[in-house]
Formats: sequence, C-alpha cells, structure tokens
Amino acid sequence: MSSPVVEVRNLSKRFGGFTAVDGISFEIGRGEILGLLGPNGAGKTTTFQMMLGLVTPTSGSIRMFDLDLQSNRETILQQVNFSSTYISLPFSLTVEENLRVVARLYGMSDIATRVDDMVQKMEMGEWRHKLTRKLSSGQMTRLTLAKALLTEPKVLFLDEPTASLDPDIAHKIRAILLEERQATGLSILYTSHNMREMEEMSDRIIFLQRGKIVAEGTAKDIVARFGQADLEDVFLKLARE
Amino acid sequence: MAYHRIAALVIRHLYLYRRSLPRVMEIIYWPFLDLVVWGFITVYLATFQGQMPAVVTFLLGALILWDVLFRSQQGITISFLEEIWARNLMNLFASPLTPSEFLAATMVMSLFKVTAVSVVMSLCAWLFYGYNVFIIGLWLMPFIANLVLTGWIIGVFTTSLIMRFGQEAEVLAWSMVFLFQPISCVFYPMDVLPAWLKGVAAVNPAAHVFEGMRGLLATHTAPLTNLGLASGLNLLYLGAVVLWFHHTFNVCKERGSLVRVGE
Repeated sequence: MSSPVVEVRNLSKRFGGFTAVDGISFEIGRGEILGLLGPNGAGKTTTFQMMLGLVTPTSGSIRMFDLDLQSNRETILQQVNFSSTYISLPFSLTVEENLRVVARLYGMSDIATRVDDMVQKMEMGEWRHKLTRKLSSGQMTRLTLAKALLTEPKVLFLDEPTASLDPDIAHKIRAILLEERQATGLSILYTSHNMREMEEMSDRIIFLQRGKIVAEGTAKDIVARFGQADLEDVFLKLARE
Repeated sequence: MAYHRIAALVIRHLYLYRRSLPRVMEIIYWPFLDLVVWGFITVYLATFQGQMPAVVTFLLGALILWDVLFRSQQGITISFLEEIWARNLMNLFASPLTPSEFLAATMVMSLFKVTAVSVVMSLCAWLFYGYNVFIIGLWLMPFIANLVLTGWIIGVFTTSLIMRFGQEAEVLAWSMVFLFQPISCVFYPMDVLPAWLKGVAAVNPAAHVFEGMRGLLATHTAPLTNLGLASGLNLLYLGAVVLWFHHTFNVCKERGSLVRVGE
C-alpha cells in the first residue's frame, strides 16, 4: 500500500452504555478504495461521522494528510468530501444553485466553469435548473455525488453512493469514480450493500460487526478465509453470527 | 474566519428569497400589518389628546424599533431552522465551515432582514400616518444598533436551545422574544413595573434603549446613561451566548446529536 492519507487508531465511540465503535484501526492509502462492510448498526455511519468531524470520538485518533482531525479540522475538511444516499441538498434551491453554494463554501475559483464541467460529467444538463425538491431519488444521488466531486477532494467518503440508481447510471458513476481515482489519486472509503459492487470497487475491505473489525483484506482473501462462495455469503455468515 | 464561507451561506439564503413568497411576506406583509393596527391605535389616541404629545408619537416609533429587535432575532433563528428543515446541517458542518462562521452568516442575514423591514415600516409610517421615524435624529442609529445586538443575543440563545433539544424546541424561534417584551418596556416606562420586575428589566439592554428613547423625546437630552448601560449589557451577553453556542455545539458533537437535529 502507498503511504496512508488516512490513519485511524483505536477509534471508539460510546453513547452512554452503548458502544457504537469499539477500538477500530485502519489506514487508507493514496488512491486506494477501502470498502467498509457490515450489517445495519455495525458502526459504519458513526465511523463516517467521526471521520467527518461531526461526532467527537470517545477515544482514539483520526489523522489525515499527517494531521490530527481534532486540531486541524478546517485544513483537513477542505480536502475531504462525502456523499450519502440518505443526505440531500437544500430542496428550495435549483441543482445549479446548490452546486454554486458548495463551490463557494470550499473557496473554489472559476465557479461557473467548474459547475458546468461537473454538470456535464454527471449528465445533469437537462435538469440543472430544476428545483432540488423535484428531483427523483436517482437524480438526487447524482447531485450529492456531483457536490462531493466538485470540490476536488483528496479523500471521499461514500455511503451507498449507487443505492437508488439504475444499473446504467450506477455503472457510469462507478466509472467516474475509478477515473477520478486514476487521474487525481483520490482515496475513497466506500460502503454499499451491493456485494458485487464492493468486490468491483474495493482494493481492500474491512468488515465491521458490533463496532469491531472482524475481517480485513482483499475481497478474494476474505472469501477464501471464511470458506464461502462469494462476499455475499461471507456477509450473511458474519451478520448472522 | 473565512469570508468566502460566510458569503456562501448568505448567498444560499438569498437564493431562497428569490422565489419564496412566504419568505418575502415575512419581510413585508407582517410588519405592514403590525404598522396598520398600531397606526390606527395611535390616530385614535391622538383624537383624545387634541395634539400628538410624545407618549402618543412614541407608539409608532416604539413599534418600528421593537420590530428591529424581533427581526434581528428571527434572522438568526430562522436561518438555523432553514438548515434543519433542508437537512443541510451535515453538509455544512462536514465542510470547513466553523461554528463562528455559521453564526456570522446568520448575523449578516439578520442585518438584511432588519434593513428590509425597517425600510418597509418607516416608509409605510410616513406614507399612511405622516410619521417620521427620524424625528429621533442621529440617536436613532445607536438605538437601532443596540436593538440589533439584543436580537442577536436572543437569537443565538434560542438557536443553541433548538440545537440542543431539537424539533421540540422549534417553537421557541417565534415565542422566545415575546418573553422579553414585557421587561423591554417597549410601550410603557420602566416605572410602571412592580419593584421586583423593575430589577429584572434593569438588566435587559432593550429596556434601556426604549427608556432612553422616551427620555430623548420628552426632554431632548442625550440618553448617554441609557445607551452606555444598553451597550455594556449587550456586549457582555453577546460574548456569553456565543460561548454558550460553541459549548452546545461541542456537546451535540459529543452526543452525536448534531446530525440528528430536527429528526
């Protein structure tokens, strides 16, 4: 693995008596796509939220670009973005207005050109002036992805980025992400419940269960280690334990 | 503070006003309605007095200035609620935006609302009732500045409560400011309050602004003591509520509730 741009060490989060994340450690290298797998409630979302500075860890550390997140929040988050199927952008703004606001928020230059390029890349031209509230769920997913890529992040957190997309658009999105990785060295932390997609996209996978890492490696390694036919069977085996 | 991030948030809110009739109504319709009702009350009271003594003249001015405080508070609180309703807090606070920049943007929006509402009300008062708000002269400026600060204090305080307690506390965005109205002595002098309440009003900066304005209209003397007290209290409280906002923000991050506000 190339030198890590993300280093998570003994990260834990407790909410009262409940432990959501329990001492996990992992790294993401430059240009690496790390898949984060686990059943609902395994701690994936809490891990994401801690890495985005939205939830304070109970213990452990998160470092990105050799800087500690707690004490370098602005510098780090300037180079990070995220997209989630479960998060939208303000409904009362048009697609283009939302992208313009995001570009300003991250201090981008030449906003008009960047927005035009992103609209073209994500095939949003026909509905760029549409109010966000009028978008289909697939269009909304594409918009939140466009918002994440617009700021040219070095690290991207993607929570089920293709969940509500038709196979054609989902395929295009995956191609765009792989292209970005190739062109810019983008590092990605990726969750999906589509096991084929996880196998296709991830260089490595970590499997979370009850807040702990229970398996780590390439998809092939994990499948072989658990003696299952494919990643989906491993998921079912671990989730039901 | 990064000004481009503050500007981004202000532009995001201004986009909303471009096509939202209810939001425009909030700036024009409600203040106008307030003014019409109080304008007729003033006209009615004036017929009893034979002339317009300061106490009657003061009513319209007091109403306009109370609206400055009210809209200033709303500018802060409603801007925060807009982000909750749009489920946009996660997008904002996962970006490099800091809580201080967020507050600064809401304060800019507050100034925008106050300016718009003041212009609408002053124009209507002049057109319909021949009332000139500038009768107070240049002293109007420090009065307004202090009322804007008091509005910010109540706004930041309310926003912190909403952030901490979520949707249940949303109603405070409209009701909290009225808790301060009786002790702001907007339409009556502080002397009419019972002794114990007078003590409470004495630590309310808005009460000193309205008291100073009445004194100015009645005696034409500079309300320096009142302005000094109002400014001192405002700066003290503003510092305290901004610190409290930051503390609440950190508590919400600790409890994981920041991304769930409004759910």
